[in-house]
Amino acid sequence: MLQMFLRRLFLGAITVAIVSMIIFAGVEILPGDACTAFLEREAQGRVLENCREELDLNRPAVVRYLDWASDALRGDLGVSANGQRSIAEMVGARLQNSLLLAACALIVGVPTAIFLGVVSGLWRDRPVDLILSTGAIFAMTIPEFVSATVLILVFSVWLGWLPGIVLTSANAPASEFFPEIILPVVVLAMVMTAHILRTVRSSVIEVMNSDYVQMATLKGVPYWRIVFRHALPNALLPAINVVALTIAWLLGGVVVIEVVFNYPGLGRMMIDAISDRDLPVVQAIALIVATVYVGVNLTADLLTMVANPRLRTLYTRK
Amino acid sequence: MSLASIPQNSRLGRTLSVLRDVMSRPSGAVGLCLVVFHLILAVISPYIAPFDYRTMNAAMMLTGPDGVHFLGTDHLGRDVFSRTIQGGREAILVTGIATPIAVAWGGLVGIFFGLIGGRVDEVMMRFVDAFLSLPWILKMLVLIVTFGTGIEVLIPTLAFFYGIPVIRIARAATHDVVARDFVAAARARGHSRMTIMRKELLPNVLDALMVEGAMRWSWMLLAFSSLSFLGFGVSPPTPDWGLMIADARGFMSFAPWGVLGPVIALSTLIIGINLTADALAKALGIDRAQKAPV
Amino acid sequence: MTDTPVIQLSDLSIGFTGRAGYTLPVLRNIDLTVRPGESIGLVGESGSGKSTVALAAMGYLKRGLRVLNGRATFEGHDMFALNRKELESLRGGHLALIPQNSGQSLTPTLRIGAQLTEALRLHSRLDPSQFSARVLELLGQVRLPDPQAITRRYPHELSGGQQQRVAIAMALAGEPRALLLDEPTTGLDVTTQAHILELLRDLARETGMAMVYVSHDLGAIARVCDRVVVMYAGEVVMEGSARQVLTAPTHPYARGLLASIPKLSDPHLPMALGGRPPAPGGAGDGCAFVDRCALASDLCRTSRPMLAPGPGGAPVRCHHADRADTLPMTSTGDHAARAEVGTAPVLSLQDLEIRYSKPGILDRLRGLQDTRPATVDDITITIAKGETLGLVGESGSGKSTILKTIAGLLPPAGGEIRFDGDAPLPRSVEQRGPDHLRRIQLIFQNPDDSLNPRHTIAEILEQPLKLYFGLSGTALQDRCVEILERVRLGGHYLDRLPSQLSGGEKQRVAVARAFAANPDLVLCDEVTSALDVSVQAAVLELLNDLKAAQGTTYVFVSHDLAVVRALSDRVAVLYQGRLCEIGPSAEVYALPSHPYTEVLLGAVLEPDPDTAPKLTADDVIELSPPAKGCPFQRRCPRKIGAKCDTDTPPWQTRDDGHAIRCHIPLDDLHRQQQADS
Repeated sequence: MLQMFLRRLFLGAITVAIVSMIIFAGVEILPGDACTAFLEREAQGRVLENCREELDLNRPAVVRYLDWASDALRGDLGVSANGQRSIAEMVGARLQNSLLLAACALIVGVPTAIFLGVVSGLWRDRPVDLILSTGAIFAMTIPEFVSATVLILVFSVWLGWLPGIVLTSANAPASEFFPEIILPVVVLAMVMTAHILRTVRSSVIEVMNSDYVQMATLKGVPYWRIVFRHALPNALLPAINVVALTIAWLLGGVVVIEVVFNYPGLGRMMIDAISDRDLPVVQAIALIVATVYVGVNLTADLLTMVANPRLRTLYTRK
Repeated sequence: MSLASIPQNSRLGRTLSVLRDVMSRPSGAVGLCLVVFHLILAVISPYIAPFDYRTMNAAMMLTGPDGVHFLGTDHLGRDVFSRTIQGGREAILVTGIATPIAVAWGGLVGIFFGLIGGRVDEVMMRFVDAFLSLPWILKMLVLIVTFGTGIEVLIPTLAFFYGIPVIRIARAATHDVVARDFVAAARARGHSRMTIMRKELLPNVLDALMVEGAMRWSWMLLAFSSLSFLGFGVSPPTPDWGLMIADARGFMSFAPWGVLGPVIALSTLIIGINLTADALAKALGIDRAQKAPV
Repeated sequence: MTDTPVIQLSDLSIGFTGRAGYTLPVLRNIDLTVRPGESIGLVGESGSGKSTVALAAMGYLKRGLRVLNGRATFEGHDMFALNRKELESLRGGHLALIPQNSGQSLTPTLRIGAQLTEALRLHSRLDPSQFSARVLELLGQVRLPDPQAITRRYPHELSGGQQQRVAIAMALAGEPRALLLDEPTTGLDVTTQAHILELLRDLARETGMAMVYVSHDLGAIARVCDRVVVMYAGEVVMEGSARQVLTAPTHPYARGLLASIPKLSDPHLPMALGGRPPAPGGAGDGCAFVDRCALASDLCRTSRPMLAPGPGGAPVRCHHADRADTLPMTSTGDHAARAEVGTAPVLSLQDLEIRYSKPGILDRLRGLQDTRPATVDDITITIAKGETLGLVGESGSGKSTILKTIAGLLPPAGGEIRFDGDAPLPRSVEQRGPDHLRRIQLIFQNPDDSLNPRHTIAEILEQPLKLYFGLSGTALQDRCVEILERVRLGGHYLDRLPSQLSGGEKQRVAVARAFAANPDLVLCDEVTSALDVSVQAAVLELLNDLKAAQGTTYVFVSHDLAVVRALSDRVAVLYQGRLCEIGPSAEVYALPSHPYTEVLLGAVLEPDPDTAPKLTADDVIELSPPAKGCPFQRRCPRKIGAKCDTDTPPWQTRDDGHAIRCHIPLDDLHRQQQADS
């Protein structure tokens, strides 16, 4: 078990290392560098040379990568190209805001998704299931900016119940984001719920058809006891991984929602940084998001291992 | 019926029977109709559009729907209906070309590594994981900002990034097939790796790839229109649903018809693709729900 | 004890409704009466509906099925009329079921103790404080060693035999008056199966409960049942005492079934039962067996026979039961020509050693050597041209592994393989020449897995023909048809997909594919174990005929000792990847000398109510061979002492080539064996 744990940890670390290389290499390959972006049309001759000198851009790429990576390991993400501000400082508040958004969406979405997924799976092919399953397809496929737009139109423009746009500044405390955060959370939770619901549903159906559920029925175990004691602990295992993937998606892919709602999170910062060609910031954000992605998935794998006795002892024995 | 004369077990016969199965499911029938409708519309829309999508009219800005402008006009006085029915052409063209490329290259690479297995495969998968751990929008935007937003950039970019998750699917599907005895039998007979890939693996992985392809297509459309929405996709005045929604959003409070048209158009196409993919997955016996949103 | 039935099915028909609205019966007019304390065997091949009967007796129907007619009662309760509460209190209580695959029937996330306690909580009147003691008692009752430890385990941590015992304990928790057993020993090793059956016999006697034992295995039925019901295509075709059904069956199907079973006592090839049973609902107006019956007349085609007392008094569903005794019931061997065995060696294995585990990257960095004993070790066998060598052993004995290594799919860790007097064969297929590849062919256990589901039969057969002979066009087509005809399938199969064929037909195609290469050596890996007995006999006959016609050499791997006997000239017994005994089949089966062979043969169940298995060793499943000494040291009933633990036993060979690997001198062994029997 411990060995398995360490192995996963090791693989995760390798993935993060590869990501950091890809990020760095990607930025290297692109035409232009921080100086050309910063100086724009003045990027030529002496001025360019001086800038490169100043930012140490003339050293070999490998050396700069190692520098950058080891700084990042210590939590120093460098300084932005234009503002000369510490990236760690810039990112900090934005990351917090993104985490707040993600956390709210999770708290709303995961229990709903699991509950509806179980309902849908147990009442398979009944009206309830058809409604939920179709609803899920709608929720997961309609682009986020579309559903966001529609929700704003309905709840903010027509009904006027909720604010349709976030006006709170990036550094405000979490409590000030309410109620502005409600609509973005609803949009996120909808998409997330749809994905988790579908996984839970198919897993519940599979487990309810399993030999051991049939056996429990033939043992005279009451239906709801079968559901809660025999079926669900097995059926919910696959949900762990899907939840992990949605968390990763929440942190990285919510760019559009942050733009729609003007939410001051990491995603919008990323867009701004890309538009400004502020490459150090882009690199830093990419690294953070990738690390979170790997970390969350790793946690899910380990959780599954702990929760599933089959995996647990399989690894112990080996 | 002439269909009956096609041998049931030929490739064509099988394709037809799968198609029949898809059509016999409500989701498949509705989905396929929506997709076909959009495809036809994309082809004929320039000929049936009542107005030129570029024609601006300062006197007719943000007017509501009426008998002439079925969906009203936008902030530049352009006919929303004409723009809406033509708003998917670029998206369908770009994603329609990029999807097969993505599935093909990702599928082949995935099958190849699934067959080889071992350390090489492990290392490769770390790279795939690393790529997947970066948000798609970041990867795409960096390239687009650098190289521009023409089709010649969008198609390869989309095809490349959306092929990477396909590697994963193809590899997993291949792993399931490789463990089976008919692959061992082919090895024992002495067939080459290429023959085994082509003859034994590909036919069995193809189902999974088809379903995957349908989903990639819908996600690509989503990505494409999101990029447009953010201002990084189609350049004006070409009509595009994402861009139209972004433009009309500002006037939503008093001219909501501007968003409704493109919202409905884009949603029906993506839902159509997904319903079809769902029915296809069921017809082919593949569990699609176990897929993650990456 | 009263004579009122415990379980009664009367005129029960069950079926499902097809897409077009018509009903397809799976069971037709089943009448079955089980009295207290009685044990009834329900025998039939796959698809005969026997499991559906067992589930119906519990008032349970699989998804899609429904009762068309009749009723099922348990102690007077109409099982299909009870409400959910009443059903729950009966099921698992006075009426319990033991499932086919206990490994999958125990909830994977609950410990054994919790699952047993649940059964007690639901169905016993015990005070909760007594549960844990009762759980231990139950586990002891099914003879599981160290019950305390078992309660803390999860199902997957137990061996198949242990899981089955837990399932039995769970059924016993409700103190059942009737126990339904659905193929409870299928998939278990012979020794484990024999032990479980003895346990069930004893339990039935101790508790006085009635048993319905569902199985395709007449040997198991013969051991535990007083009365036998034979099912065919959803009908009861014959019913009677075990003795009568097994020794003087009056239904043609029952006779054919018995004739198709390979028996340990019979060196002949079993008789095949041609044809296949009708699909559900496809039985037509006449007798369901008519297409496969040698006695069939016009009457049989038009009128469905009723279940009526036949000769000897037992109910039988046949118009011509009086003439059934003209049909053979045992094999005469006339139908099978034995091939000549040559003297030139075709294949020789020298000190073959196979390991599955490769040292991990970390271990290699640390310079660690793999010190675990090899999976297969020290295998030296020479096989002559035209010979059939049977390789037998329980699961984990490495028999299939050896075949894969000969075929080159799994490179050996040591030793060499020589083929036809040439230099040693390259270790893996990728390095072997086309001629060697063609001359050695492998047939797999399960045709569902070894035939590509996406290829038509033509495409499957074309592969070796194109690869080895470069055939194309009409020559290719003609050759395919010819090969199909040789395995008794016609050219009209060419365009079909494997999924459109029955199990037996699929395995024929797999055989055809191997023989398309004109091989000299064919490796058969459990080729009949996925098939029904009557189909198995046909495939064995086919293999025998092909060999007689072409002089092919076979290495035939099977866990079924009787099947091996029917086909092999020589037999090698494996335990934990090491050879124990090898010799001419007749000698080994007549005089099993190695203690392991003795244990193995002793556990085989014959379809004969008068034989009893000899169980001399525990059915422990060993996960890996011991590091040194005799591989059988931990289970051997004749172990002589420390020598067995430390020294590798020497080969002792007799003049006829019969050899065993044991520390005990042959003569001593034989004397001990005679004294025991």
